[in-house]
Amino acid sequence: MSLDAHALEEPDHAHHDDGPPHGTLQSYLIGFGLSVVLTAIPFWLIMSGVIANKAVAAVTVMAFAFVQIIVHVIYFLHVDFKSERGWTIMTFLFTVIILFITLSGSLWVMYHLTSNMAPTTAVMRQMP
Amino acid sequence: MTVLTDTAAPGTPAPVFYVADEHEHPEGSSTYLGFWIYVMSDCLIFACLFAAFGVLGGNYAAGPAPKDVFELPIVAVNTAMLLLSSITYGFAMLAMDRNKVGSTLGWLVVTALFGAAFVGIELHEFAGLIHEGATPQRSAFLSSFFTLVGTHGLHVTSGLVWMVVLMVQVATKGLIQANKRRLLCLSMFWHFLDVVWIGVFTFVYLLGMLR
Amino acid sequence: MNPTLQKEIFGRLTLDAIPYHEPILIVTFLGVAVGGLAVLGAITYLRAWGYLWKDWFTSVDHKKIGVMYIVLAVVMLLRGFADALMMRMQQALASDGGQGYLPAHHYDQIFTAHGVIMIFFVAMPFVTGLINLVMPLQIGARDVSFPFLNSFSFWMTVAGAVLTMISLFVGEYARTGWLAYPPLSEAAYSADAGVDYYIWGLQIAGIGTLLSGINMICTIVKLRAPGMTLMRMPVFTWTALCTNILIVAAFPVLTAVLALLSLDRYLGFNFFSNDFGGNPMMYVNLIWIWGHPEVYILILPAFGVFSEVTATFAGKSLFGYTSMVYATLVITILSYLVWLHHFFTMGSGSSVNSFFGITTMIISIPTGAKMFNWLFTMYRGRIRFEVPMMWTIAFMLTFVLGGMTGVMLAVPPADFVLHNSLFLIAHFHNVIIGGVLFGMFAGVNYWFPKAFGFKLDPFWGKMSFWFWVSGFYFAFMPLYVLGFMGVTRRLRVIDDPSLHIWFLIAAFGAVLIFIGIASFLVQIAVSFKNREALADTTGDPWNGRTLEWSTSSPPPAYNFAFTPVVHEIDAWWDMKQHGYVRPLTGFKPIHMPKNTAAGLILAAFATIFGFAMIWHIWWLAIGSFAAAIATGIAHTFNYHRDFYIPADDVARTESERTQALSAKA
Repeated sequence: MSLDAHALEEPDHAHHDDGPPHGTLQSYLIGFGLSVVLTAIPFWLIMSGVIANKAVAAVTVMAFAFVQIIVHVIYFLHVDFKSERGWTIMTFLFTVIILFITLSGSLWVMYHLTSNMAPTTAVMRQMP
Repeated sequence: MTVLTDTAAPGTPAPVFYVADEHEHPEGSSTYLGFWIYVMSDCLIFACLFAAFGVLGGNYAAGPAPKDVFELPIVAVNTAMLLLSSITYGFAMLAMDRNKVGSTLGWLVVTALFGAAFVGIELHEFAGLIHEGATPQRSAFLSSFFTLVGTHGLHVTSGLVWMVVLMVQVATKGLIQANKRRLLCLSMFWHFLDVVWIGVFTFVYLLGMLR
Repeated sequence: MNPTLQKEIFGRLTLDAIPYHEPILIVTFLGVAVGGLAVLGAITYLRAWGYLWKDWFTSVDHKKIGVMYIVLAVVMLLRGFADALMMRMQQALASDGGQGYLPAHHYDQIFTAHGVIMIFFVAMPFVTGLINLVMPLQIGARDVSFPFLNSFSFWMTVAGAVLTMISLFVGEYARTGWLAYPPLSEAAYSADAGVDYYIWGLQIAGIGTLLSGINMICTIVKLRAPGMTLMRMPVFTWTALCTNILIVAAFPVLTAVLALLSLDRYLGFNFFSNDFGGNPMMYVNLIWIWGHPEVYILILPAFGVFSEVTATFAGKSLFGYTSMVYATLVITILSYLVWLHHFFTMGSGSSVNSFFGITTMIISIPTGAKMFNWLFTMYRGRIRFEVPMMWTIAFMLTFVLGGMTGVMLAVPPADFVLHNSLFLIAHFHNVIIGGVLFGMFAGVNYWFPKAFGFKLDPFWGKMSFWFWVSGFYFAFMPLYVLGFMGVTRRLRVIDDPSLHIWFLIAAFGAVLIFIGIASFLVQIAVSFKNREALADTTGDPWNGRTLEWSTSSPPPAYNFAFTPVVHEIDAWWDMKQHGYVRPLTGFKPIHMPKNTAAGLILAAFATIFGFAMIWHIWWLAIGSFAAAIATGIAHTFNYHRDFYIPADDVARTESERTQALSAKA
């Protein structure tokens, strides 16, 4: 709750904002340019197979996705610290935490279940 | 009145306890926040579908694996459609800021066409898969693949329906405050679908090719 | 008729779906039919249809929607409790060598329906109803952020309840237990319509719950009165905020997992099946990611109620307000980190089990802190033992017990012994009845005068209280014992006659609870009859502390003639201390939302859609879905959703209140 606590303190009054922050032509074009580059590189990496090591390739591609998601959130969804007195970014960060818990938790739990119980995933791949 | 914990120091002048002027919360002042929270909750639906794909995506049941069925060039074209529709929606928003009805509608039409192209290409891809026998019933991998990608496609489709309704409303009522608000909400929705698609093409298609 | 044509028209719905061969259901049906006709007849006789339609069904007023939610909860409580009573009778009869009176097919439906109804259609509407009724008044707002959405949410909840009730007389309900674990709930093992009733009832009600969650969060964030900073919000409003955050972050998971199950059932996908790579455990994992936050969704508002009640009836401000708020926030986050303790025994490794065991134990710390806060609030207070306070004290005793057995279950090795035993059943009834239900009864007794302008009769309130509380102990303490002896849940017949006596005691407890529920209904009837004597004209019958007590009872449609300004945590107490004088002039027109039937119509289409999907009547499903979408779109073309209450009307309402107040004085 420490995040921009002061802005969250007072209820919303006498505000006449006309909605969430708007993009400008410049910001939209920057966002678009970045996302094109950030999309093209991972596609090229995988399609050309330049990185032979699969683990390295996977991490690289995920890193690009991570950066691109941030670019979209900033330039297209216009999430910043000010809009709705900080509630937008608060809810966004909360959602990211829950997303992380749901995804990593599920994978962790299910990995354990599968590895502790027959049949294992490797067997499952071949089972009809 | 029994007062055990008296918070008021006696003798202090009475503070103001009500607003004499009727202050209004402008209509729709909660809409952006409300819609944003809805989008966040929709994120969690996708989170579950990603989790299901993460857990079940390797269970091919002796059926086709990602390498056998995915065609990255088509995915790349599809991604381009969605990215282009994103920037054109941005242009529609900029036109809306300048209160230009015609130009807003024009960019919305372009956006809708890109969106429709995206859905069309995806349907074509699905039809091809099913034709090859890679149906969602074939394996848990295909079930989770079709569901994740299909749910995203359904979202884009409903976004298209909404866009058409809004075009009619903007055309008949003009860019009044209520319509602007709705266009901004759809903008959030549309860009959110982009973000989900980044996850889809990365985790499903690109990483799928590495399996 | 041509069978193909019949299938086209009615899907798989045939006359065989009507359970006329089951005498119990026939009697129930006759009872419901006669009772229903009597109610409908009475409404017609009293010419109340127009009033109900105009003032209630199409209303977007948060207070009326709140009351309707609670009415729904009480009606469904009767159904859910009837199920409970039947189960207790069955086990009492079938633990002495007999077979009891319920066939397995029926018994399995009953325990499923009992769980689903009690959680989704009793506890949830109770909580949502109380939040709807009270929270906007506590923050000094005129209504919620999205009044139409509120009405829509309510009617979607009703639609889910209606679908669940229809299963009683058309087809059957799920026989899978309240979470419908696959592979049992897959089409291969539960081919009939039961699980489909379960899925669509919950999906439709779930939409309502999610939207109402968004609505309440926005209301609290956006519509607080000037001066009401976050740390000046009443604790009930805080718990309402946290509960609704949990709703918004948890219910999408339920929606997703039920959607995956329906894909398995309807289209033959392989998410949770046993073959083609499906994994039933993934369902269990996902549904508990929703399921654990769900129990905190229910309990947090009850904590809020107890906080308000304790402070009011001890005549002191709440002890440790800040720690109460932080404890609530900590619980909100932690409730996402414990879900695996529901399936410790399902094969996870020791690292996973210990992580979730420890997080589960940690969550008892903020809860314990709350308990001490209430105790210290009571300490040296001048406690008035009115009915809401009695429920609160019973809660503190009972809930601590349930909390401790919960911590026992959080120890993975202990859980391996107690998992799915009656010990678990006793534990969660201990916290849900002792926590949520006691809280809701405290809340109803506390806020009833605010909603209707007269207090509830204390004698029958105390009757209800004593029968409920003693009945609870009689009904569930034996289950702890039985659980230790290794009796598992959901048994229709118990082979060991030495256990008979415990089941008899539990059945006796259920009868006491029955008297408790009956007393509650009598309490409402008696109070209505004596409403003149019990009337409260002050609007502040308990010498309350928060803003809802500053307006009249029942509050006018606009809640507050002037928006209050807040300086302290206990805003109304502060106003009273400073000799606040009600303004009598200078009224302004007030901007309010218009009533609309759109929510009700949409929910009606959703009910038809659900029914058509359950029975595979595809043409009707497509038609009702299209109709719902069309109605929704048509509604967006209505740009005139609000109006102004003229200043003269406000002045008239307020001067009536002035007269009532002076008549009292």
